[in-house]
Amino acid sequence: MLRLDGVTKVFRTGVFGRATFTAVSDVTFHVEQGEIVSLIGESGSGKTTVGRMVLRLTRATEGAVTVDGRDVAELGRTDVRTYYGSVQGIFQDPFSSYNPVFKVDRVLGMIRANYLQGLSDADWKTKVRGSLEAVGLEQADVLGKYPHQLSGGQLQRLLIARALMLELRFLVADEIISMLDASTRIDVLNLLGDLKARGLGVLFVTHDLALGNYISDRTVILRRGRVVEMGATPKVFGSPAHPYTRMLLTSVPHLSAKWGEDEIEAPTPSSLEEAPDGPLQPIDDDHFVATRGER
Amino acid sequence: MAAAGQQADLLATPEVALTGEGATGEGGAPRGARSELLHFAIRNPKLVIGLSVVLAFLTLAIVGPWLTDATPFEFGYPLGEPPSKEHWLGTTSPGQDVYAQFVYGLRSSFIVGALAAAVAAVLGMAIGFVSGYLGGVVDEVLSMLTNIVLVIPTLAVLIIVSAYLSVGSLFSEAMLIGLTSWPWAARAIRAQTFSLGSRDFVSLARLSGQGTVKVIVREIAPNMSSYLFLTFILLFGGSVLTAATLDFLGLGPSQVMSLGLMMNNAVSNAALQLGMWWWFIPPGVGITAIVGGLYVMNVGLDEVFNPRLRRT
Amino acid sequence: MTLVVDNLRVYYRTLRGDVKALDGVTFDVADGEIMGIAGESGCGKTTLGKSLIRLDGRMRVVEGTVTLDGVRMPIEDDRAMNEYRFCDVSIVPQYAMSALNPIRKIGRMISELLSARGVSYDETFPELSRRLALVGLGDDVLERYPIELSGGMKQRVVMVLSTLLNPSLLIADELTSALDVSTQKAVAEMLVEFRDRGFVKSTIVITHDLSVLYQIADTILVMYAGKLVEKAPAAELTASPKHPYTQLLLGSLPEVGVRFEEKRLTGIPGRPPSLLNPPQGCRFRARCPLAFDKCAEEPPFTEVAPGRYAACWKAAA
Repeated sequence: MLRLDGVTKVFRTGVFGRATFTAVSDVTFHVEQGEIVSLIGESGSGKTTVGRMVLRLTRATEGAVTVDGRDVAELGRTDVRTYYGSVQGIFQDPFSSYNPVFKVDRVLGMIRANYLQGLSDADWKTKVRGSLEAVGLEQADVLGKYPHQLSGGQLQRLLIARALMLELRFLVADEIISMLDASTRIDVLNLLGDLKARGLGVLFVTHDLALGNYISDRTVILRRGRVVEMGATPKVFGSPAHPYTRMLLTSVPHLSAKWGEDEIEAPTPSSLEEAPDGPLQPIDDDHFVATRGER
Repeated sequence: MAAAGQQADLLATPEVALTGEGATGEGGAPRGARSELLHFAIRNPKLVIGLSVVLAFLTLAIVGPWLTDATPFEFGYPLGEPPSKEHWLGTTSPGQDVYAQFVYGLRSSFIVGALAAAVAAVLGMAIGFVSGYLGGVVDEVLSMLTNIVLVIPTLAVLIIVSAYLSVGSLFSEAMLIGLTSWPWAARAIRAQTFSLGSRDFVSLARLSGQGTVKVIVREIAPNMSSYLFLTFILLFGGSVLTAATLDFLGLGPSQVMSLGLMMNNAVSNAALQLGMWWWFIPPGVGITAIVGGLYVMNVGLDEVFNPRLRRT
Repeated sequence: MTLVVDNLRVYYRTLRGDVKALDGVTFDVADGEIMGIAGESGCGKTTLGKSLIRLDGRMRVVEGTVTLDGVRMPIEDDRAMNEYRFCDVSIVPQYAMSALNPIRKIGRMISELLSARGVSYDETFPELSRRLALVGLGDDVLERYPIELSGGMKQRVVMVLSTLLNPSLLIADELTSALDVSTQKAVAEMLVEFRDRGFVKSTIVITHDLSVLYQIADTILVMYAGKLVEKAPAAELTASPKHPYTQLLLGSLPEVGVRFEEKRLTGIPGRPPSLLNPPQGCRFRARCPLAFDKCAEEPPFTEVAPGRYAACWKAAA
């Protein structure tokens, strides 16, 4: 299980680093294998920072990110490599995720060089073919090409294939489809669903509620670095308790109902301003909401 | 979030419409990009002119000495003669062949320029990359070091050091210049490394278990190759100029002919007042043309590498 | 009729030949209409938006005319278009937030812009103040630098600025793509409000997001590979699309309420054709589940039902 316990991240800014900026504050939730948890927030909510902390690309200031009880920040050099053998990440911009100077095969090659050294050439080819098939890519279409020759959808799928070559247990997917065209988005998303069925745990970071609702089992709503509502997706989306969640849901443009016509009541600006963001309290089985409390 | 829109805009332009979401995938990245670069390079006047000038003098530096039997320090020729058939650039007051001095001097300038630039480039890259990629305490220490060396008035230091150490060879002169001109290169490279290091493919390399050195060498440096090239050319130009200055002040190696030394001799022998233009004009023109040519070439190269500066 | 576009063909010059980004587009926008242009990347919608105001030097108008309020717009000529920009045709670009000069106070920038148009800042000030108040900003915004404003505030400033001289046509290019969902709603509603108050006559909203268009547009135009494929009133298009591409596109959008376990949505396999050498016949043919022999001949964009246009042999049937 991947757990975050009271995780806080404070950045130092300004001259001589005197000013501070708290990106993430006291965030606690967990992700099990075989489930998809979506981390939903607008810009500035800290969701990408949370993803980066899980991937050890940045260190938590307080609190701990643990996988099966081991704090990821405390891992030594070789343990980090092992960690990346079971936890991987995929980012938002497919074209930025590939080094433009090399062919796309290299992202797979790096995995081979660092994790699958013992594999014979024949076994490697089989493994590559298998991973590509699992994500719906044709070998001839993608291997030997440069990143700019492929589409965003193909690039993202190749990254998923890369992650699959390892004995992956958790995947952090940070806005992985927001830069893809609508017609390819859903295929990549469905892929995540299939991987979940195979036992992968996914932290799906997004700002798009419709996607979160479609694919995730549980949802965590983040606002300004704090968790304001969390729980089973049907409950959070079906009966949103926090004003911020209600605001998000009423702002999403639908294809069948105009703004203002849906059943959810939009919060008033004042209730939004005064919305609580203290410790979480359960309001139902697997449904938590922030309450008033000390910061 | 802004990045999402950025991508949509990028895809709307034809360059990416040819690739990205609507391509037939013709050509590979380096092959296609290289020929495109070459296409623009040939058509850029600054690059072509600058490069031609530098190459012309380089050719002269290599081939020139083969065309004469005279050596720069050899005495015995007619005193202070203007250019003639036997002495293409005339002779100096004490009777040395100016042409020989000039072409051997060109050789020295190129050698010192290249060597000093190489030293400064290596130092600048090492410190810039490490500082930019690792950040934190390492960056603070290295930046402090860079700033200190940057702030020191280089020429004053070089003058003092040269006076005390009596620079005997081109090699030591090049070393001295190289060891004092790396800071701005380090700062520039550090800044670029910062921005490249935040790109997703660098994060992905880290997630693939790549170590720091590998990441710098294989992910960051190749994506800065044009920038590194430009930096080297600027360092080259700067070193030639600094060496000429030192030589002119008489602080360079005295047993090796250089353009600056030529000018030093010309001035101390009152060549200007005596109207011996064949003695002081060639070295002046040589230095100006080489350094100027390199800088102009640099501006042209920047336009070639950076599509946004091009005026199609 | 505010805007009439007739057989517009805009190509981009590149080293490898002409990219036929916009290949024969004809439509019109009525007074007071908000028309949404939807499509995926590479379909030509941004090229269309930019060509109406000629904002990109690389494009070449090969054929076609654009007429605004009965006046033919010189869209081939960058200089000539300058006369029309801002007062007759205005654009709110994609990164409006970055369109503000960081070293100018907002008020100063606006006065410079107005004086370049020969309009007095002092005379316009009361109206400017009114409009800023309308979008929820005070006059103090004029004394601030862009860096002091949030993304949403900057977006609103740019919108007020772009419509200050009451242009006949406003082009909003991917206005909401880079925004949070709450700001997106505010900005979209602002577009409608500006139209309702008469600040702009007609609006063209370019986006890939069909759901936003359903919320605010009167008519939606769908584009694919440089051509128009469907045009219909917004509600009718989303409820009963006639072109297979529109149908598949709508089918791939997850609405809040649809879950993976219950209904697995599918995308559209394949990729749009290259615009360097587009295929003959219907450009969607290779990916269309309904394709048959007649599709080798390009279907015309015609009225298949009252007020409904589509470029498909099956839709016409």
